[in-house]
This record gives sequence, structure tokens and C-alpha cells, in this order.
Amino acid sequence: MEHIRLPKVDNVRLLDRISPRRSRVGTLYLTATHTIFVENEAGVRNETWVLHSLVCSLEKQAATASGCSLLIHCKNFQVLNFVIPRERECHDVHLSLQRLSQPERPDELYCFSYKPNIDAEERRQEWDFLDLRADYRRMGLPNSLWKLSSVNQHYKVSDTYPADLFVPESATPPVIVGSSKFRSRGRFPTLSYYSKENHATICRSSQPLSGFSARCLEDEQMLEAILRSNPRSDFMYVVDTRPKLNAIANRAAGKGYENEDNYSNIKFQFIGIENIHVMRNSQQKMMEVCELRSPSMSDFLEGLETSGWLKHIKAVLDAGIFIAKAVAEEGVSVLVHCSDGWDRTAQVCSVACVLLDPHYRTLRGLMVLIEKDWISFGHKFSHRCNHLQGDPKEVSPVIDQFLECVWQLMEQFPCAFEFNARFLITIHSHIYSCQYGNFIGNNQRERTELGLRGKTHSLWSYLWMNRADYINPLYRPDHSQTQGLLRPSTAPYCFKFWRALYNRFDRGMHPRQSVEDYLSAIQEETQQLEEQLASHKQKIAQLEQKQEWSVPQKAVPFDKSPTGWTFCNDLANTPQDYTGGFFTSSPCQPRAPITFQNEESNKTSESILSNGSDQESGIADVSCRSPLSEDSTRDPDSDEAAYSAS
Amino acid sequence: MEFSEHIKTANVEDVVLRQPLHPPGRGTLCITGHHLLFSDREEGSCRQVLLLLRNIDAIEKSGVCRLSGSSGTITIKCKDLRVLQLDIPGMEECLNIARSIETLSCLDSMSELYPFFYRPSSASLRDQWGLSSLERHYSQMKELHDRWRLSTVNRDFSVCPSYPQAVIVPKSTDDDMLEKVAKFRQGGRFPVLCYYHKKNGMVIMRSSQPLTGANRKHCREDEQLLQAVIDGSDKGYIIDTRSSQQALQARMTGGGLESKSCYSSWKRLQRQMERGKALQESLIKLVEACGEESNNMDRWLSKLENSKWLSHVQTALSTAGLLAECVERDGHSVLVHGSEGTDSTLLISTLAQLIMDPSCRTLEGFLTLLEREWVQAGHPFQQRCAHSAHSHARLQQESPVFLLLLDCVWQLWRQFPLALGFSEALLLRLATEAYASDYGTFLGNNQQERCALGVKENTHCLFQALLRPRERDCYSNPLYEHTELAIWPSVYPQSLQLWRGFFLRWTPQTHHLEEAQEEIRNMVIEWGKLALSSCPASTRRSEDVQNM
Repeated sequence: MEHIRLPKVDNVRLLDRISPRRSRVGTLYLTATHTIFVENEAGVRNETWVLHSLVCSLEKQAATASGCSLLIHCKNFQVLNFVIPRERECHDVHLSLQRLSQPERPDELYCFSYKPNIDAEERRQEWDFLDLRADYRRMGLPNSLWKLSSVNQHYKVSDTYPADLFVPESATPPVIVGSSKFRSRGRFPTLSYYSKENHATICRSSQPLSGFSARCLEDEQMLEAILRSNPRSDFMYVVDTRPKLNAIANRAAGKGYENEDNYSNIKFQFIGIENIHVMRNSQQKMMEVCELRSPSMSDFLEGLETSGWLKHIKAVLDAGIFIAKAVAEEGVSVLVHCSDGWDRTAQVCSVACVLLDPHYRTLRGLMVLIEKDWISFGHKFSHRCNHLQGDPKEVSPVIDQFLECVWQLMEQFPCAFEFNARFLITIHSHIYSCQYGNFIGNNQRERTELGLRGKTHSLWSYLWMNRADYINPLYRPDHSQTQGLLRPSTAPYCFKFWRALYNRFDRGMHPRQSVEDYLSAIQEETQQLEEQLASHKQKIAQLEQKQEWSVPQKAVPFDKSPTGWTFCNDLANTPQDYTGGFFTSSPCQPRAPITFQNEESNKTSESILSNGSDQESGIADVSCRSPLSEDSTRDPDSDEAAYSAS
Repeated sequence: MEFSEHIKTANVEDVVLRQPLHPPGRGTLCITGHHLLFSDREEGSCRQVLLLLRNIDAIEKSGVCRLSGSSGTITIKCKDLRVLQLDIPGMEECLNIARSIETLSCLDSMSELYPFFYRPSSASLRDQWGLSSLERHYSQMKELHDRWRLSTVNRDFSVCPSYPQAVIVPKSTDDDMLEKVAKFRQGGRFPVLCYYHKKNGMVIMRSSQPLTGANRKHCREDEQLLQAVIDGSDKGYIIDTRSSQQALQARMTGGGLESKSCYSSWKRLQRQMERGKALQESLIKLVEACGEESNNMDRWLSKLENSKWLSHVQTALSTAGLLAECVERDGHSVLVHGSEGTDSTLLISTLAQLIMDPSCRTLEGFLTLLEREWVQAGHPFQQRCAHSAHSHARLQQESPVFLLLLDCVWQLWRQFPLALGFSEALLLRLATEAYASDYGTFLGNNQQERCALGVKENTHCLFQALLRPRERDCYSNPLYEHTELAIWPSVYPQSLQLWRGFFLRWTPQTHHLEEAQEEIRNMVIEWGKLALSSCPASTRRSEDVQNM
């Protein structure tokens, strides 16, 4: 609380990003965890909540006659533009937020103050909801080829690796330790995925410390052991996910890549995925394009191309496909690494898993996969997501790219995934929100030291409890699309811009009706009807026995639309910027628009758009509701705004 | 007319056909006056491919000489963007086939086209032709009768060759006036009513450009007609689909625009839309980009951008949005025209009607709209759809305006998946039929030509065929729910997408999406069945049956 210089400012305006003339006036509150904007409009309680931990950057602009503007960019791609009447106040809000959004110590993070009404026992269950050992058991491990090694208990061999690791049966502790000394940060080759069908595996590590000529016998033995663990195969792939030039440059620093001559029966392969700095800049450029106020089609496509974002997504997916095919089609094991083995390696291994194993395309499966390849293997969430004040050069949207790869696959295979895009977006939001303990810290050791299991809550069980919101109604476990290896096309035209994530809060850009929500409603109703029918049939059977035919039918109301399903309000959107400023100069007064309103539909559309957000914390999603209710409740105003656009 | 003189080789055995989404097949190739027929003679499969020669946009031939004898390969590029390949044994046969295809795929004489020969057993030539007529449209619209009348001044097509025989005009303008106005508008396309907005009585009119010319002629009757349109209202808008400069330049060639001084109650809005050759070139570039094997993302995005096709989609939708906004929200009548009034004018007036008028959004409503606003209103299909994106022929009057319309409608359908009563499959079917068809609907450039050819008497009607029960199942949208509201599309670049269903139709990815559509249809059917079976009305009916 000591960081809040000014808890409340009146007469603040919140500008609409797309048409700045359209603004709302209200009061801005700063609390320990949220910035809250409450609109002053009689009768309407319209609130926008922004979690401090989601704030990515703050820009205070020079004061003008109307006030001083404060631009807030959030990590979930929300952009808020406040105009605060007095410079002094703006200054105070700016400084307070700057401090609040950049905690210095882990215990200041939101997850430690987030206290849903859950007791200690339930909390334990929450954290036990996902069990990585169970997933390895599902793969068929341990078995005669792979064993669970205790070599990294207490994180002695590699402090960024998890305690539980699977290694080839023949790998002895001296070999493992020797190999780990020859790898960056001690991240020796270890198992990520095992294919029950053909024994092929995906293993991961960091780069070898080979320099220009160094060798390590134990490391060579380690790879040999991995190869031997796949009895049907006489070679294995070693995939370096970096561009070749980067890998060569690393040799000068005593690092580098495997020399094919020193390792027996490996096929070495570079796959050029760019580094975290390139990815950070690329996303930044793309977001600049997304935030253009009224871009032409050419501006947008050119900007998208220049950002290179889709090119990078394609590179990650291409790499994933290469590995998945090696495992599933050739039955060959693959060792994947990049430099440290926690960014590109995590991306590529997890994408390959999604392609390979239908289990990872289910709700629970995707959670386990993130837990395994990202959290347990030490993707540096704290650094990459900038949870704590730190080095801006460490920040990078590596996990965003993984989630987007999954989304691109969902777009190609609409029936193959149990979850919907909302699931991915919610996960994305919480990776950055710090509301749950899952993504705090950079590795398992840090998380254990922070005592997260005892002090914070787990996102996974929250998502599971609310899974109804995240189910893809088109998912069919028995559909041909769902079986075995996914074979996506990576022709450039298959990659789309993910509007629902990057322009998530620009409601006007999204389809006004959702097929998915409609189908979910239908599905639910179909289920109810089936049950009803079954019970009717049972009754009829009973009646037939009694031979009583004249029982009055219980009337079941039938409407063409699924019960309580109205989209009307969503449709009453306003036309947007077709005018190019012409109506501004027009002397005519727009007439009262014809609108359709009723409270019932208002509620429905609200609950649709709240996207299963956490009502208690009110993060993110709550604020995306406000523009909607504004549209639907204050039409005359929005009408004016639409005409005066640009 | 004897087609046989163009067919030197009618049958070839042992031909290999390669086509997208199918394994290659070996069989017999047969050329007839209108079709290419391939029958797979491999055991177990009796696949037949029947391709309308008219659908072929371009062919490329290449020959190989081997010891075993020469053979040739013909690559066939269709107007529906499919690419087929035929490996034909014997060089001479190959050349003969190629020559036949080249000649027969672009016959000049309309009366020789397939629709005049197509006689399906399921339909009779005496069946109703077309869905509606302007006479019927007028008589159904009681609200119009106060201030609007049906004029048959064009009954013999002498006033305006590209208009239908009947048109709707303000009641206060008589036929003499119309004749004078027609002389003042290019091609005689005087302003006529195309849409009446029931909610506020405002209308959309359309015409061609006024022939003011370099010495700024004006025409009293034209001014009076337009004054009659806005009778009682303070003003109207003219949406000109050209830039101001283009409109001013048009004066040099006899065209022009409505001057402020003569049309003081009308406010002119210039909204430049691409047309003609530029649009055709845009399509060619896009199709080329889609067909490229390159794996390079930058190259794809830059080619997509460079084709400008999505920019044209964006412009069309936002101009239509503006038009609808003028009528629905601003409450004024609008006159739309460009130069000829047969292309971009129809494009935006159609889209605006879809945005505003729920009755256009059903399957029948949409087809009726197309019949009225495109077929009857004189969009020159014959000229515009003579060739598509693959053709090497020199461009003449080709321009994919109708395809652009279908793309825009698809964008609407994406944004409002429950608001339109028809499916993507319908749009794809129309996109194919406009270029090559068994039916007479899109024959000719206007009603006059169709009358002269006896299209009504001698061909079958596509729109009627699309409404037959089995077709209707496939072309209706299972998710459709009627809404009275306007459906305002978003025109942000982020909201518009490449129409994969059409431009990438022959790739396997599109197949996955079709499967998803199928899944949706099944879900709705399943739900519908259950809902019906638990509906009291139907259960009671079945009880009645039992009791009888």
C-alpha cells in the first residue's frame, strides 16, 4: 500500500482506442492489486479492472488543455488510454503504477495475496491435480529401456532441471554427471517424450561445450545410450533449433554443437528458429501494427510481413513437424537442443508432442504438457514474462509462440482438439497475471524455495473446474482428424493472424456471432433432450404396462433457438468508420437508431463475453465486458461516436 | 451447328488423369461438343469425371518422346481454379484433343452453349423460370404504391438495352420524362429504385453516370426525377464509386457527375472502387500467389498484399457500409452510380441490402436479390465471366465483380455465422456457375439478349434448381436464425480474411474445414430431431395417427 501515492482520481476519461472521441468519464481507483475505473453513468455500473501485474508499459504524455494522458499497455494486449485532469495527479498515478506493476521481491507478487475461499486440504488437492509421474506412466515409463533417475535430487547436477528425470537404463550416474559437465548449465540429455508404439523418443538438452574441438566421452556415451534405448533404430537425429550461424558463433565462446564425427550414428540437423531477442522485437512490431488506428489492408499486411511474426511461428511448427515425423514415421529418436535448452527446445518438443499424441490435444493433456515441457524443465517464466523488475533483454514471448502454434493447428483441424481458443487465451492471460503460483519463478528449485504449493493456488485445477467454458463442441475423439499424428500443412497461406489474442480487447473487430457458443448451447440442450426422451420412454413403458393411454402430455416448450439463447443484442452493433470523416462535417443530426433491447439478452451476451474469467479477481476479462455493455446500453452516444470516427 | 468438325479425336484409351485430392487414375478420355469425359477403367473403381469444356480457362501442352512412342501431357486450368493433368499416349491424339478443347471451350455463339442442350430428366422446360420479376416485386411491396410506380417504358428495350422491361420509378415522373432522362445517362440507365427501406421509407436508387460532358450539359428531367425521390426529405446522397478526379476526367469522354448547382439537395460522396481490368489483374495475381509452391512466408504475405484483392474486399464492404449507414442510420435516400452502373454500383447496392434487409438473407431471399440486382439489372455476365484467372487470352471485358461480391458475402457470413440463411457451399456453387454452367441463368449480358436467345424457353433456371429439396439441404445454413437487425460488418483488416474455401478450394486443408462444417450440420440435425420429438405438437400428431 505504501506505493500508492494517490488512491483515487475523479473526472478521468477513458478513451476508446479506435475512435478516441468516444470516451467515458469516471473515477480511477488504485488498489494494492488493481487499477479500477468506474464509469459515472447513472444507472450503469460499468467497471474496468486491470491487474497491476498485467501492466507491461506506461507512457505519460505531455499535458494538454483537456488533461494529461496516460497510456497503459498490458501483457494481455489490452491498451488503455486515460486522460487525467491535472498533471500532478497523472504524475502520481504514473509513479504509483510504475512501482506497483514492477514488484521487486517475489513476495510482492499477486499470487501471494490472492486468497480464494479454499482451505489447506483443498489447496493440496489443487496442486496434486496434475501429476507428471502419471503422465510418464501413461507413456509406459519406467520400463526396461528408461528409468527414473534420482541423480538430480536436490538439483545438484543441474539447478534448472526438475528433480525427477528419465534417462536410458544403461546411463550410469558417472556418465550423466560427466555429460552434464559438457552441457550449458548442466542440462544433460534427458527424456521428454516416449512413444509406446515404437520406442522412439524425444530427448532434450542444452548445447554441448564443444568449442572448436572439445570432446566428452561421457556425453558421447550418453547419446549412445539414448540410441540404444530405441532398439529398432540404428541412428538418431540431433536437432539444433538455432540458425547455423548462431551455433557457429557460440563455438567461439566454448559452446557450440555436436560434431558428427565424434558421436556414433547421429544425423545432425539445424533448424533455424531465431533467438529470444528477435522474437521479442518481432512481436513488438506486430503489436504496433495491431494498434494502428485505421490501417488500410496494405498497411496491415505489409506490417505483418515486416514484423516477421508468422514466419517465426512457421519455423517453430516446421521444427515440431520434423521431430514428430521422425518419431512417428521413421521410428527414430531425436535429441533437441538450442543454447540453454529452455526456450526453443521447449517450444519444439511441446509442439512435436501435440502433433504426435492425441492426449496432448485434450484439456488435461495440454495442461500436463505445459507442466512438463515448460514448467518442470525450467522455462524461465519469471524472466521471460517480466514478473519481477528485471532485465528487459530477458523478456520474450516464447510461450506465446507455443500457444499460437497450437491455435494454428486448431484452425487447420477443427475437430481434433478438445479445448477451444478461449482455453489458450485464458492460459496466456494467467501466465502473465501472476495470480496463480504455476508460472512463478524460473525453475523447479526456485518454486520449491518460494514454497508456492503452500502459499499460492494452482491454475490447472481452476481451469478444470471451469472446463465447460473451454470445451470445443466440434471435438470428436473418434474423428479421423483426431487420430494419431497430425499432419498439418505449413504452406504459408495456412498461417493466419490470431485476432482473438492480439486484438482481444478490440471488440469491434471480432465476429458478432459465435458458432462455437451456439453449438455448445445446442450440445447441452441435445443432452438434456436425450435424457428427457429417455425418461419419457421409460414412462411410456410404465404406462404401457398399466395400459393407461390417456395421460396428458407434459408440454415441453419448443423454440427454434436453444433455450435462453439470444444474440440480438450482440447484433445491435454500430456501424464503424465507413464514413472516413464525412459525417463529421455533415450538418444533419443522426436520427435515433433503431435498436433492439431487452435485459435478458443483455445478460446473455455479457456472460458470453466474460469468457469464464475469474469473477473474484476480476482480471482482464471483466474490462472487456465494459465496451459491450456500453454499446448495448447507450446507443445514442455510440451512434454519435461512430459517425465522428476518424 | 456441327461440333464434330472440331473433334478430330473423340476417344483415347489409356489416359492418366491427375487431379487434386484424388490419386491418379488411368482410363478412357472422351471429348464431346460440350464435355470432357474421363472414365476410370481400373478394376473396382468406376470413377467418372465430367468436365464442362466451358469451365476450362486455359490449357498447356507438353510432349515427351520416348522409345516406346511419343506421348503428350495436357494441363487443364479451370475457371473454378482446379488444375487437372492428362497424360495422353500418342502425340497426334494429344494435339487433337488440345485443339478441340481450345476451340470448344470458348465458342462465340451463345446459342451453341451447353445450357441450350442440357435436358435433365428431373425438370421440364415448362417449369417456372426465375424466382420473381419486377412486376411481382412491385405488386408485393404495397408500401411502394403511394409514391412509386411500375413503368414499362422499356418494354421493347429501346430506352435502355441493359434494363429489364419493367422498372420502378417515382410516381410523378412519366414515361416521356424517363426517355429524356435515359438520353442523359450512359447506356440509357436512368435512375431506378432498387431498394426501399421499410423502417423509414428511404430508398436506394441506382443509375449510370450523367452525360454532362465537357460543356457541362444538364437535364431538367433528370433533376426533377431525383427531386421526386427525396420529396419531403431535406436531402439525399449520391455515392459515386469513382474518385473525384476520375469523375471529373469522365467529362472529357462525355460522362461526368451531378453538379452541386443543378442538384442542390444532393450531397455527393466520391468513393473510389477498383473496376474492370484492374480487378481482373488483382484476381490473376491472387490466384497465382495461391498456386505457388513457395514455402516462404514473407513472399506469400507480400504477394497477397500486392494482389490487392483483400483491399478491394475492404473497399467494397466499407462503401456498402457507408451506403447502408446513410439509409438506415442517417435516414436519407441515396443514388448510387459509377460510370456504367453495371458493376461496382450493383456490388454495393447488393451488399447494402444484405446488411439492412433481413428478407434478403434467407436462401430464397438471397437468390431473388441476385436475380433482381445482377441478372435482371444487367450485369454483363457474358463479358465479365468469359475468362477467369488462368487465361492467357488478351483481357477484354473480363472482370470478377460478381466473384468479389461473393467474397464480400462470405466475409459477412464469417462475421455473422447465424444471420445468413445460406451456406458457403452456395457461394462456391454460384462462383462456379457464373463462369460455366448447365443452366441459362447467367447467359448473356442482359434481359434483352436473353429474350432474343429464348433463354427462358430453351434452358433451365439455376435458381429454381438450387431450391429443390435436396439442393436446399446442402445450400442452407443449419445455424440460421432470423434477425431483424442490420448486420454491420467490421472492415478492419484484422477482421477480413482470405476466402480459403474458394481460392484454396483444391487443397487438403480445405477438406478438414469441410469436415467441420459437416460436423456442425450433423449436430444441428441431431438436436433438431430431438427437439422435434419432444415437441408437444408433433407428439400429439403422432398420437393422432396412432388413434386413427
